[in-house]
Amino acid sequence: MSTTDLQNLYQEVILDHSRRPHGFGLRPGADAHSHQLNPTCGDEITLELHRDHATDVVTSVRWEGHGCAISQASASLFSDLAEGLTTAEITTRIDSFREAMRSRGTIEPDEELFGDAVVLGGVSKYVARVKCAMLAWVAAEDALAKLAA
Amino acid sequence: MTQSTATRNTAGTDVTSADTTSTDTTSTATTSTAATSTGSPATRIAPFAPQELERLRADFPILSTEVNDRPLTYLDSGATSQKPLAVLDVERRYLLGENSAVHRGAHTLAAEATESYENARDTVARFVGADADEIVWTSGATAALNLLAYAISNASLGRGGAAATRFRVGPGDEILVTELEHHANLIPWQELAARTGATLRYVPIDDAGALELDSLPLLITDRTKIVAITHVSNVLGALTPVELFVARAHEVGALVVLDACQSAPHLSLDLHSLGVDFAAFSGHKMLAPTGIGVLYGRRELLGALPPFLTGGSMITTVTMEGAEYLPAPQRFEAGTQPVSQAIALGAAVDYLRTVGMERVAAHEERLGQRLAVGLSAIEGVRLLGPVAGEPRTGLASFAVADIHAHDLGQFLDDRGIAVRVGHHCAQPLHRRLGLTSSTRASTYLYSTEGEVDEFLAGVADAISFFGVRP
Repeated sequence: MSTTDLQNLYQEVILDHSRRPHGFGLRPGADAHSHQLNPTCGDEITLELHRDHATDVVTSVRWEGHGCAISQASASLFSDLAEGLTTAEITTRIDSFREAMRSRGTIEPDEELFGDAVVLGGVSKYVARVKCAMLAWVAAEDALAKLAA
Repeated sequence: MTQSTATRNTAGTDVTSADTTSTDTTSTATTSTAATSTGSPATRIAPFAPQELERLRADFPILSTEVNDRPLTYLDSGATSQKPLAVLDVERRYLLGENSAVHRGAHTLAAEATESYENARDTVARFVGADADEIVWTSGATAALNLLAYAISNASLGRGGAAATRFRVGPGDEILVTELEHHANLIPWQELAARTGATLRYVPIDDAGALELDSLPLLITDRTKIVAITHVSNVLGALTPVELFVARAHEVGALVVLDACQSAPHLSLDLHSLGVDFAAFSGHKMLAPTGIGVLYGRRELLGALPPFLTGGSMITTVTMEGAEYLPAPQRFEAGTQPVSQAIALGAAVDYLRTVGMERVAAHEERLGQRLAVGLSAIEGVRLLGPVAGEPRTGLASFAVADIHAHDLGQFLDDRGIAVRVGHHCAQPLHRRLGLTSSTRASTYLYSTEGEVDEFLAGVADAISFFGVRP
């Protein structure tokens, strides 16, 4: 890893999101929520989905938690991304994001699908940090499963 | 076979490189030190001269490698130490020339392997101020502490007969730990309390992480049966005044269990004079391989303790109805033993003894203070544990508001600097200090002041990198 890689990992967008996260703070009336913990570092997140029943569109993603810049930025970017999508569209993106994260830098996230969240693509080179980036997405996946149940 | 027999009796002959190191230093390494239990600075012992340290480092090839195109700065010895060639050579020589199952079989190799294995026990016993029959080989300190907790559990169920009644715990009895314990010296006692109905209590720490020792007379009472404490905090580097615990615990007849994982590798340890009843430490933190550790128990206690793991190698007579057990330490070593690992731990201890533990402690004390002073001088850094100038071993943990330890660690890793980030298996300690994680730099005999400075510069630069930009 070089300093350039480090700057690629911690892009300004990621640092900005980690300092001023979007979607932070839970709200009453969520349709599903999930609490996830990364036991190796103690990072935690509680993420909740607010869904419009008629359209199956997720109208709001709210979360609370603490962790490293990667995990915080990832939760923030996810909440921006998922709002306004149907649950099926979110599931597609979670699967695709996981594939990119597990690719060790060989698969870049698709900008069409991910928008600003493509900046997280650099994380996939750092196997030890993939869990940090995945934390919010795993919480969302779990919450979606609860919605479907 | 005669030729190989001649080379194997004392592992001490295998540490030639360390011998070289020590020859020109022995004249300065004569002053005794009180670092054993009280943490008094070993100031009269000369730390290593630069050339000595360079020679020492040459024994550890990994220290000359590069990580991320930068020379490795290994400051994670508190997690695991690097291994010198002398230790690796001893283990390899054993596996190539002697490898055999011990304490069984009558062939020549088996006899030689058994002798080497038991010699290593003797070597390690002398290193920590104990006798060989007080040393039980385990796979590590976690296994040692669990062995003890489960053996006490078995005694509480009536196993071990009349001799083992002194170990019984149950409702109304108390087990005392401290708030700064590593999980390995906390959860086994939580579980023992849950199984037996005993109550777990703890000595709290204050806002600075110091043990609240004033509470000891209230916490160690006639109800207390076990006092399990760490010798050196793996997060704070602070030394526990073990003698206070031992004195009070023995007044009320409680057993003292010492977690020596962060002291045995770094200080001159004398378990007999400390007066603790049991102790545990790991080989891999003191230049030996993983998979080997020690449970120490005072002879009369170990002799009365019922076994935990049972099976081969720990019995005298077995019928379909029952079995009788070997005396300690074999009673606690069921199954095929970790032979090469134990022999390698013997070699590691020989290496350390040849260098001199007083000098190792003096060297690390200097590095620990350099870490504490340097970290305290960086704006935004919160040094955990003893302030600069107060006794600490060669490690320091710290937190920076708004910068997560994992991000800091990633930044340092980019420069080839290896540190530990996270809760270091001490969640209650971190919670008490209002943290979920911290960053820890931990040194060993081969660490240098230059490495500490490299690390300190890295921390300062990381804070600029992650800090809020206008």
